[in-house]
Amino acid sequence: MGVGAFFTSKLDEAIGWARKYSIFQYPFVTACCGMEYMATACSHYDVDRFGAGLPRFSPRQADVLFVVGTISHKMAPVLKRIYDQMCEPKWVVAFGVCTCTGGFYDNYATVQGIDTIIPVDVYIPGCPPRPESVIDGLMKLQDKIAAGTQRF
Amino acid sequence: MLARLSEHLGPGVVDTHAYRGDHSAVIRREALIAALTFCRDDPALKFDMLIDVTAVDYLKYPGREDGPRFDVVYHLYSIPHNHRVRLKVAVEQDDAHVPTATSLWPIANWLEREVWDMYGIRFDGHPDLRRLLLYEEFVGHPLRKDYPINRRQPLIGPRV
Repeated sequence: MGVGAFFTSKLDEAIGWARKYSIFQYPFVTACCGMEYMATACSHYDVDRFGAGLPRFSPRQADVLFVVGTISHKMAPVLKRIYDQMCEPKWVVAFGVCTCTGGFYDNYATVQGIDTIIPVDVYIPGCPPRPESVIDGLMKLQDKIAAGTQRF
Repeated sequence: MLARLSEHLGPGVVDTHAYRGDHSAVIRREALIAALTFCRDDPALKFDMLIDVTAVDYLKYPGREDGPRFDVVYHLYSIPHNHRVRLKVAVEQDDAHVPTATSLWPIANWLEREVWDMYGIRFDGHPDLRRLLLYEEFVGHPLRKDYPINRRQPLIGPRV
């Protein structure tokens, strides 16, 4: 390994470490999973321990899109637009089984998994997921953020 | 209550049914507006609140294969008397329209739009009969029993 490559990989590591503890999330909350999201976000389980304590209600200021709740075909263009408005680097978390696969809503109205519309990094199944699984998913996302090549 | 309605409307009331305080009347379509107006304005009935307008698709329903396909159902509630009634109107598939109740209760506007959206039953004289819940590009009426359960009409994403 040359000096340059050593320097780049260490810089990547440092930036990854910084990024994984400064997750500015955009909660796209459409349904009942939102209650579980709030329970996880608030002080009892406290996602602020993982540096994800500040939800931004503008997609332009957010790094991670939390899609929380059932997405209907009518809502799908809105979700796509929110995703397009986010600046790179960006990640997406599918929160709850409806966003992962459509869940039990196998009907005319529901998108069968948001990965048919936008790319997804972490899937958190459950109806709704327990706060423990949400935190587990968040930690997996942190690992993914830290391990990836850092673009800046 | 049902007796009073039958007495006033005569042949406009096809059938009545009461069970444990749950009162229903089947009304002929021609007498619907008269029935709703009477229910709202009669001092003994005073149904001042339209709770819901919905419909039922009886396609292939056991015992009703030859009958009219749809029922449009009106649920009424009286705040002063604290009583309820259900009015039903049967409509055929080829002739699926009923007169609007928007002049009696303004909320009927959205409720009837929902019935149009989901069942494809038209409301004559409705001021703005557009889809309420689904999007304009949607083809068909999903709560009809012959709407395929797996049919998807996505606006974006893969076509299925």
